Amino acid sequence: MTVNIVGLTREVYKGLPTTLCAGCGHNSITNHLIKALYEYGVAPHLLAKMSGIGCSSKTPAYFVEQAHGFNGVHGRMPSAATGAKLANREMLVLGISGDGDTASIGLGQYAHMVRRNVDCVYVIENNGVYGLTKGQFSATADVGSTLKNGTPNEYATIDVCGLAIELGATFVARSFSGDGKQLVPLLQAAFAHRGTSILDIISPCVTFNDHEGSTKSYAYVKDHDVTLNAPDFIRPREEITVDYEPGTMQDIELEDGSHVLLRKVDRDYDATSRIGALSIIHETRDRGEFVTGLLFVDTGVPDLCEREKLTLTPLKDLKEDELRIARSEWDALFT
Amino acid sequence: MHQRVTNDFTIRVATVNGSGSQSSNLVLTNAIFRLGIPVAPKNVFPSNIEGLPTWFDVRISSKGYQCRTRDVDLLVALNTATWRTDITGVKAGGAVIHEATYPVAGESLRDDVVYYPVPFNELAKTNFSDGTLRKYLLNMIYVGVVAELLGISEADVEAAITGQFKRKAKAAATNVEAARIGFTYAREQLTKRDRFGLERMSGQTEGRSFLDGNRAAALGCIQGGCTVAAWYPITPSSSLCENFIALAEKFRVDPQTGERRVAIVQAEDELAAIGMVLGAGWAGARAMTSTSGPGISLMAEWAGYGYYAEVPAVIFDVQRAGPSTGLPTRTMQGDVSFAYTLSHGDTKHIVLLPATVEEAYEMSMEAFDLADRFQTPIFVLSDLDLGMNSWLTQPLPYPQKPFDRGKVLTEKDLNKLESWGRYRDVDHDGIPYRTLPGTNHDGAGYFTRGTGHDEEARYSEMPDVWQRNLDRLVRKHETARTAVPQPIVDEQGHPAAILAYGTTHHAVIEARDILRNSGIETDYLRVRALPFSPEVAAFIARHERVYVVEQNRDGQLFGLLRIELPDHLVSRIQSVRHYNGVPIDAHSVVDPLLEAEREPAVAAE
Repeated sequence: MTVNIVGLTREVYKGLPTTLCAGCGHNSITNHLIKALYEYGVAPHLLAKMSGIGCSSKTPAYFVEQAHGFNGVHGRMPSAATGAKLANREMLVLGISGDGDTASIGLGQYAHMVRRNVDCVYVIENNGVYGLTKGQFSATADVGSTLKNGTPNEYATIDVCGLAIELGATFVARSFSGDGKQLVPLLQAAFAHRGTSILDIISPCVTFNDHEGSTKSYAYVKDHDVTLNAPDFIRPREEITVDYEPGTMQDIELEDGSHVLLRKVDRDYDATSRIGALSIIHETRDRGEFVTGLLFVDTGVPDLCEREKLTLTPLKDLKEDELRIARSEWDALFT
Repeated sequence: MHQRVTNDFTIRVATVNGSGSQSSNLVLTNAIFRLGIPVAPKNVFPSNIEGLPTWFDVRISSKGYQCRTRDVDLLVALNTATWRTDITGVKAGGAVIHEATYPVAGESLRDDVVYYPVPFNELAKTNFSDGTLRKYLLNMIYVGVVAELLGISEADVEAAITGQFKRKAKAAATNVEAARIGFTYAREQLTKRDRFGLERMSGQTEGRSFLDGNRAAALGCIQGGCTVAAWYPITPSSSLCENFIALAEKFRVDPQTGERRVAIVQAEDELAAIGMVLGAGWAGARAMTSTSGPGISLMAEWAGYGYYAEVPAVIFDVQRAGPSTGLPTRTMQGDVSFAYTLSHGDTKHIVLLPATVEEAYEMSMEAFDLADRFQTPIFVLSDLDLGMNSWLTQPLPYPQKPFDRGKVLTEKDLNKLESWGRYRDVDHDGIPYRTLPGTNHDGAGYFTRGTGHDEEARYSEMPDVWQRNLDRLVRKHETARTAVPQPIVDEQGHPAAILAYGTTHHAVIEARDILRNSGIETDYLRVRALPFSPEVAAFIARHERVYVVEQNRDGQLFGLLRIELPDHLVSRIQSVRHYNGVPIDAHSVVDPLLEAEREPAVAAE
């Protein structure tokens, strides 16, 4: 039986059967998550699965059943994730959200999680539409994209990647639910990164947003995907065996000593340039395309726990003698 | 001259905020306290940084009454804008120290008080050249004048000033000089014509010091083992978290490494604050947030989540006057019924109701035990009067008990169990067992959700499963009735009784004495938590008439009692309410009771 680095089979990383529609992009993402978590070797008891409300937010039930899960309230998962991380900094906090949960009701919490650089992985399963309430626009719908009945969206789209980069995000990637080859290494790099990792994953809604006129349908996405770079994830101390032509690859070392290797696709791109990332997002959007790959990473920013100088012991484990004012110091407070 | 009044009167200082009057007011308070006389300061301040009227009452009470008085005996009038109204709040036979340039003649002014005109502006101008400084020092001149008139020595005032400006020797010296100008002026220019005086006494203030409820609650958070705090600044609760930050800075930072044993986040809003607290509570840390009414409104959705998904949390609500933005700097017991059922659907929370600084501390500490024990949000309902005013307090007792972390299954426990279910009622008290994320056991994990779930924490929409879970939550609530702080009862078998909670307590103490002097004896029960203890209904059953006194318009606790009491007891309770934004005074209790008790209503049984 094949096991991963922590001695577990792939079976352990599975969850309950999905209750989402057949063909939903979210189900593909769940499968990629299972693969990424298994290959990375996340210990289930150290995984905290967090989510808000919506189709996307149901998915934490569909992977790593052994792990603790927290399905919170709509748009407020970032705050719960922040609290969980502060309480136990040993946990890998993995949040799954959607475009409504993130860009509409939850935009404020999303922004503040990013600016605090809470150490968590934040996946946005982005389909531009409200699924559970049956097909209303979300705030990530592109201008001109239509509902099933032909109504076009006339309001500016919120680009969750561009916004995150503007807010000081330290890891921002965009991918497509159908592109496991790109998504799995991106997820693993996100697990390794210390700080908020944003993964905006275009994930078509087969029921409400897969028609002609939608810019988040399978067909549209396949035709308009501009792949920026193809990532490989190399764990710490693992030998880099792949040969690349000089100048065709960017090697970024992450905080724990792992590496993400970004193979150049069509153009030179520096994933450590904030301005470069914003430029490519705007350029491609203006052309009706969307760009995928690791858009931006900055490994030099302390995460919230570091900034707060938290003790390495999880706060939840501290005892009376570590938390209470000593008897000898108490009386002096009342003179 | 009238009969001399010693150690039992109230001084009101009317000033403009942002003028540094707070320092002077505290110096006066402390100077009186140094004489061994109980003092209760009440700050009635505006929602503003500079330029609006503010009043500071110093209640001097040899018996130790700490509630506010409606009218005052001695007015220090330093605000020209409110001077004409302020003077109407002085009792007949009182005294008024005022800026000499205010007109004393005129129809609206009174001839039943003594006037002491003092040229405060002139004195400040001639003695202090710095314009900004002058504004502040003018207030310290009044302290000297008052002290001289009441018989406080220069040495006591000087000591109070030194105490106030501990680390600022230069400021202390200038302020001492300003007070001395007041002393000198009063001695040389004023003839004592009022009846008020102070005399050193003993037996009341020994061992006590001034402490506000917000600081006491912050001390409770430290000693209660709170490690995660998330908050959004709001009056009147901000100083609770600010005190927690200051205490954590001192007692939760490793002096060698600088590592912290606490995480404090200033959140983007109250929704995020409570979300962080629930995330942390779920992950096993003791976590709290502190807010006031508007914040409680915003927290409603998460509060229901905490109740239904069963996540520990401590929420301090330092109540202020509502509805809406209301009077942000005034007090009210306005959130009692709202907090009790905060959130949509069937929700019932545990609510603690501290009345004193000691209780603000003890209930704060206890809230963390109750949150863990009952796996639910615990609301601690303080108010502006308790939270922000200084109260004479004995040193707070050092905690005697270890933390009660409640029913948490560890890896070792799980190894011994064949199976467990997150929401099973194993002990028939409605309280299930939980595991914490990070527990290294295959079976430890479970899925926490606000959607319908069964005993094993699995998603369910089945009618019987849903109802069974709601019924278990009721059982848990019933278990809480006798586990929360129980009522305090003072009972001698009188037919009439008072029922109150929170800071209303202080007015009730004085009111019962006044009523006794008028021939009306009352028993007294003070509610200290919701859900009601069975003791509450039993107490009401033993009395013919029970007056429920509280500081809100709608009689919120009265309403809760009417819902929960057996039908035959409902007619025994009557509602007495005070809701003008300033702390309740004894007469707001006495007057309605006198009226009702003189012609006792025929019981409608």
